[in-house]
Amino acid sequence: MSAGDRPGGLPGDSAPGGEAIEIIGLRKAFGANEVLRGIDFHVRAGEVVCVIGPSGSGKSTLLRCVNLLEEPTAGTVRVSGTEVTDPDVDIDAVRRRIGMVFQSFNLFPHLTALGNVAIAQRKVLRRDRAEAERIARENLERVGLADKVDAYPAQLSGGQQQRVAIARALAMGPEVMLFDEPTSALDPELVGDVLGVMRTLAEAGMTMLVVTHEMSFAREVADRVVFMDGGVVVEEGPASRVITDPQHERTRSFLARVLDPAAARVGEGEASDRFRSSDPGA
Amino acid sequence: MTVGTAKAAPAGMSRRRRRQVSLWIQYGIFAVAVVAIALLADWPTLRLNFANWDAARQLFPDIVTVGLRNTAVYTAVGFGIGLVLGLVVALMRLSSVPPYRWFATVYIEVFRGLPLLLIFIFVSVGVPLAFPGKNVPGGAVGQTGVALGVAAAAYMAETIRSGIEAVPRGQLEAARSLGMSYGGAMRSIILPQAFRIIIPPLTNQLVLLCKDSSLVLFLGVTLEQRELTKFGRDLAGQLGNTTPIIVAGICYLIITIPLSLLSRRLEERQRRGQR
Repeated sequence: MSAGDRPGGLPGDSAPGGEAIEIIGLRKAFGANEVLRGIDFHVRAGEVVCVIGPSGSGKSTLLRCVNLLEEPTAGTVRVSGTEVTDPDVDIDAVRRRIGMVFQSFNLFPHLTALGNVAIAQRKVLRRDRAEAERIARENLERVGLADKVDAYPAQLSGGQQQRVAIARALAMGPEVMLFDEPTSALDPELVGDVLGVMRTLAEAGMTMLVVTHEMSFAREVADRVVFMDGGVVVEEGPASRVITDPQHERTRSFLARVLDPAAARVGEGEASDRFRSSDPGA
Repeated sequence: MTVGTAKAAPAGMSRRRRRQVSLWIQYGIFAVAVVAIALLADWPTLRLNFANWDAARQLFPDIVTVGLRNTAVYTAVGFGIGLVLGLVVALMRLSSVPPYRWFATVYIEVFRGLPLLLIFIFVSVGVPLAFPGKNVPGGAVGQTGVALGVAAAAYMAETIRSGIEAVPRGQLEAARSLGMSYGGAMRSIILPQAFRIIIPPLTNQLVLLCKDSSLVLFLGVTLEQRELTKFGRDLAGQLGNTTPIIVAGICYLIITIPLSLLSRRLEERQRRGQR
C-alpha cells in the first residue's frame, strides 16, 4: 500500500466501514505506574473519534501507542489490518500511513514551512524535490497557508504552526490521522483556525482519532466520543449522547467541570486548575 | 558625583565616592605594574632579539608557504578526523546498546585525561610497536591528524552529544511519526539542528587544535613538513635571534583571533535566536 499513489492523501483508502484502528486489551505501564489498564475500542475508516477525559487519564498515551511512539506493555493495536504491536512489523512503513499532530506542533525549526512539509516526502517516500514541493504547496494551501510557504516556524503564530504540522502529516497521504490535543498549546483566538482545518478534513472523510478538550468540536464533528478516566474507557458512544446525556457519574462530573469551568473553580478549584494546565504526561 | 549625598554614609563618603576611590586605587596598581615591567625590560636587547627586521625579512615567504600552510593543513585534518570520530562517539554515547555507551564513556574519559603530547608520542612510537610494520598512514600529516583527531574527538563527542540533547525530544518523535528511520531522522532533522547549536564551541575547538598542532615537532618532521612553531624555533636557532618566534606567534594570531571573533559572533547571533 503505497501512500505515494495518493498525493492528496484524501480520503482514507481502506474499504469504507472497515476497521481503521483496532485496539484490543491495550495496557501500558511506566514502571509501576499503570497508565492504560486494558483499553478496547476501534475506529472505522472514515470515522472521527474524539477521546476526552481528565489529565492523566491516559488519552495521550493511548494515541502514542497507536503509532508506537510508546511501546505497549500488553495488548494488540492494528492499523488498517496491520498489527502495529507485532515485533516483526516494519514500524517506519506503518507510521508512514499514520499522520500524527502534536500538542506542541514539533515543526522542524531549521526548515521553512515548505521544507517541513516536503522533507519526509523526499526522505521517506523518495519523491523528487519538485514533486514533493508541489504536493507540499497543495497541502499548505489546503490548510490556508499558501502565502506562508517560505516562512520559518519561528515567524509563524501557534495556529499557523499547527496548520503547517497538519499539512506535513497530510502530505504523506496517511490513512489515519492522530491528533494529540492539537489546540491545547494555542492562544484562544487561534484555536478556531486549527479546528476549522480539522473540521474540513473530517468532512472530506479522513479517519481521525482526536484527543481533545474542545467539547464543542467533539460534539459537532465527532462521530463517536470516548471518555477515558484512570486508564480505562469509562463510556463511549455517539458524540451527542456522551456529551449531552452521559450515563456514568464520572463522565458527568468531568463534563460539568469542563463545560462550566467557573462553577467548577468555586467547587473544586484545585482539580479544575490541574485540568487546565497542559498535561504532557497524559 | 556630588559629595553632598554623603549624609547617610558613616565614613563621610557616599557609596559612589567610595567606589570611585577604589577604582582609582586599582588603576594605580595596574599602572605601576606596567611601568615597572617597562622599566625593568632591556629595550635595546629586546628590539634586537625580538623585533629584528632583517631576521624577520628572511622568514618570508617560507613561514607562510610552509609554516602557516602546514599548520592549517594539520589543523584541518585533525579537525576533520576529530569531527567524524567525535560524531561516532557521541552517537555511541547516546546509543541504547550498553556496550557502545560504555565504550564511548571510557573513550571520552581516557582521551580527555591524557596530555596531548603523550598521544602524539603514542601515535608515532606506540602504533608501529602495537601493529608491527604498520604505521599511521599519511606521514606527518596523517600522524598529526590522527593524534589531534583522537584527542579532539573526546571533547567534540561531548559537545556534539550536548547539542543533540539540546534538540527537543518532540523533534525526533515528529520525524519518526512521519516514517523516518532513526538514522534518517538523525541526519535530516536532529543533527542539522544540533550542529547549529554547537558551531560556537566547535569553532573554539578549531582554535585549540590550531595551537596544539605545534606538538607535531615531537614527531620529527622534514623541512617541508614544519609548521609555524617548529619553523620559528628552527630559524631562531639558525639566525641566533628570537624574532622568528614572534613572527610565528603573530601568524598564529592571524588564524586564531578571527576564529575567536567568528565564534563569539555566532554565539551572540544564537543568543538573539536568529537563524
